[in-house]
Amino acid sequence: MGVELSTTRLEDAAKWAKQSLLERGVNWGRKFSLFTYPFVTACCGMEFMSAAAPKYDLARFGAEFPRFSPRQSDLLMIVGTITEKQGPALKRVYDQMTEPKWVIAFGVCASTGGFYQNYHAMPGADQVIPVDVYIPGCPPRPEQVLDALILLQKRIAEGRGHSQLRDKREQLAVAASDE
Amino acid sequence: MSQKVLDALLAKHGGAVVHTESVHGDEVAWIARDHLLAVATWLRDEPTMAFDSPVFVTCIDRLDWRPVGLPPSAAWTEERPRFEVCYQLRSSTHRHRVRLKIAVTEKDPHLPSLTGLWSGFNWQERETFDMYGIRFEGHPDLRRIYLYEEFVGYPLRKDYPKDKRQPLVRRDDLPVNPIRKS
Ligand code: SF4
Repeated sequence: MGVELSTTRLEDAAKWAKQSLLERGVNWGRKFSLFTYPFVTACCGMEFMSAAAPKYDLARFGAEFPRFSPRQSDLLMIVGTITEKQGPALKRVYDQMTEPKWVIAFGVCASTGGFYQNYHAMPGADQVIPVDVYIPGCPPRPEQVLDALILLQKRIAEGRGHSQLRDKREQLAVAASDE
Repeated sequence: MSQKVLDALLAKHGGAVVHTESVHGDEVAWIARDHLLAVATWLRDEPTMAFDSPVFVTCIDRLDWRPVGLPPSAAWTEERPRFEVCYQLRSSTHRHRVRLKIAVTEKDPHLPSLTGLWSGFNWQERETFDMYGIRFEGHPDLRRIYLYEEFVGYPLRKDYPKDKRQPLVRRDDLPVNPIRKS
């Protein structure tokens, strides 16, 4: 197809991830009904609680309900430091989630490893699973979290989440092999 | 503060004590490795000592280390013991404390485990084994405690490369980095 399939940039995705009217409607609905799975491992968890609590109120954007089973959730929030030892568990949780699914890396630890550049910390959760939105900060301010959520909603509506693009790619491959 | 502990120790086990010192109000006794078990048992069971509380056990890697103000010849060399294992003990009845230090060489880093005397040392000895590779002979369950079994080496030794990672999983769907490719 001549396009860089692994990228999620808008200008690349727009070439081939065109959405039908139905898909646009479905994705519009999806962006307001995110069920989060908080994968909380470290200090950022306190900030996540405050962002989810009534004062900052993540629920305003439809990310209402933390689910504590990956099977019931479609937004994985990686909140805190990921160690190398945790990698298999993180990958497993991601694999268990239902499609389509999105991932937010909350805080510098989950995004890049932060200041832990040593034997035990993974240099970013994206070493193991694809991440859609990264939130910088140690810990991030609640405003940044809300901003990230709005960013993710935009991405969902455009059909540019990693798992959405993966899905699309598979559909295109099937269609191409049928021809 | 607990000088009388050191005095009693020297009087009773003079042959086992290599050297004593006081550091910032803490009394330290360097014990020969072969006598550690006897000395520790005595410290626990003797009524005037009655050390009933295991505070911590840890290790110090002396690689590249030199005491301030000493000539370079005082640095660690192959012949000198590279590791110091420290046991800190406290008595809640007499309110005194003492630190036992045992010098251990790099070639043969082992010493008797004190878990049999104070079960509180169990996990801390495992941690010291995990991070420094010190083998505690007679420990009931000497396995890694924080790291995974696949890990090779001992990360808190000073010669472990500081950013060397040993990943368990990585993604397989990443494209080759286009910047690196060119
Ligand atoms: S980014 Fe900062 S606050 Fe968040 S988990 Fe890491 S160290 Fe803790």
